[in-house]
Amino acid sequence: MIIVRLIAALGGAVLSMLASVGRVTLFAAQTISHLLRPPFYFKEFGQALLSIGYFSLPVVGLTAIFTGAALALQIYEGGSRFNAESVVPSIVAIGMVRELGPVLGGLMVAARVASSIAAEIGTMKVTEQIDALVTLSTNPMKYLTVPRVLAATLAVPVLVAVGDAIGIMGGYLVGVNRLGLNSAAYLANTVDFLEVWDVASGLIKGAVFGFIVALMGCYFGMNSGRGAQGVGRATKAAVVAASVMTLASNYLLTELFFSA
Amino acid sequence: MITLQKVHKAFGDNHVLQGVDLVIPKGESMVIIGGSGTGKSVMLKSVLGLVTPDAGKIIVDGDDVTTVERDAFLARFGMLFQGGALFDSLTVWQNVAFRLLRGSLKKPTEEARAIAIEKLRRVGLKSNVADRFPAELSGGMQKRVGLARAIAAEPEIIFFDEPTTGLDPIMAGVINDLIREIVVEMGATAMTITHDMSSVRAIADDVAMLHDGVIQWTGDVGDMDACGDPYVEQFINGRAEGPIEAVR
Repeated sequence: MIIVRLIAALGGAVLSMLASVGRVTLFAAQTISHLLRPPFYFKEFGQALLSIGYFSLPVVGLTAIFTGAALALQIYEGGSRFNAESVVPSIVAIGMVRELGPVLGGLMVAARVASSIAAEIGTMKVTEQIDALVTLSTNPMKYLTVPRVLAATLAVPVLVAVGDAIGIMGGYLVGVNRLGLNSAAYLANTVDFLEVWDVASGLIKGAVFGFIVALMGCYFGMNSGRGAQGVGRATKAAVVAASVMTLASNYLLTELFFSA
Repeated sequence: MITLQKVHKAFGDNHVLQGVDLVIPKGESMVIIGGSGTGKSVMLKSVLGLVTPDAGKIIVDGDDVTTVERDAFLARFGMLFQGGALFDSLTVWQNVAFRLLRGSLKKPTEEARAIAIEKLRRVGLKSNVADRFPAELSGGMQKRVGLARAIAAEPEIIFFDEPTTGLDPIMAGVINDLIREIVVEMGATAMTITHDMSSVRAIADDVAMLHDGVIQWTGDVGDMDACGDPYVEQFINGRAEGPIEAVR
């Protein structure tokens, strides 16, 4: 009897998870479908671009510079064990643009943007502002979700590119000033070993992460429960889901781009 | 004319509407009364399509609300929400002119702003309020802005959801009088839901009492006090004893 109950509980949890996956997939499909059909809200898109892109620059930049600096120290320390200190510039550059730039940028945007979107839309739902939008002949998916998802999809690759440059600069500063590497050789090694696809793959990852982060913020905001507790839960769920999906999709994209 | 025929709606085991039948004639002001949690808001939202009924029909001027073209249908409505439901990120005038700044009713910005300021004046607010944000206004002012937004596009049908909740008696009286004036002036069909008997007497042409998921009584507001219906009598006199259980 206990075994049957355990299996039933497990089955219930699996079914519930599958239902959630289905709802998120439908939400994503609806968002994409609305992306392609008018009306388009350019002002809301511009505001979302500013909020998600421009105002995330400081947090992404700070994350990148410290990560690049720490990476240079770690690679120097590891490389010195087999006299390979000269690989610091190339590994910092490749590590930043392929992996750390997009992933850390994505996670910082998930923390900053998914929470903000979920809290804002959740509060709008609780205070009947979403219902008010409908009565004013405005589709909430088009007015709230589409501008944010599109803005994040376009802004995060730019943030990643800026983060890549700042991260490499962090590695350069530590490499030259702290580890005594030659400045010209560091720059030459960085440029020589980087390929276009290294950078492009990171930017594609950034676009995917941006889409996921904004989509999770909007989905959990739109499905927020009642009251302050409902909005709080929606916000927490949005950040957790956006972070986990960012990391999971990073692995899948890395497999897709770089597996032999 | 708005007609509800045998409308049912349940949320899980909670059967909120259990066969609501109601007719609101064109140009009349109908007030729905009933206790908290009896489904008044659900009924109102069902007409707008914000809630989909499980069974029954809702017909507005001969059109079934489930088959009409949504944008054109909703363009005929204005609604004042219980908490105002003003958009925090927009200024007062942008809230009022929301419908006039986008969609099929879109007008040039200056014209939309002028209409918004005129509507604000109509509800007793000065033009210097126009550029403030909703969070900078008192509850009574927010309600008036919500009212201005509801009438901005001159709708044929206006819904008021608990228009005086949270207001002091004087401000409630001001809002009631405004609603009555505006509805008469515009010749609009109005549907109001409230617990506030002073609102009922100020706003209503007709009254309907919703309880246990059905309309228990409906009639002219002048007949309400002497209607003899035990539900209505208990409700309007605010008695704990009667057919409506005090603990629900």
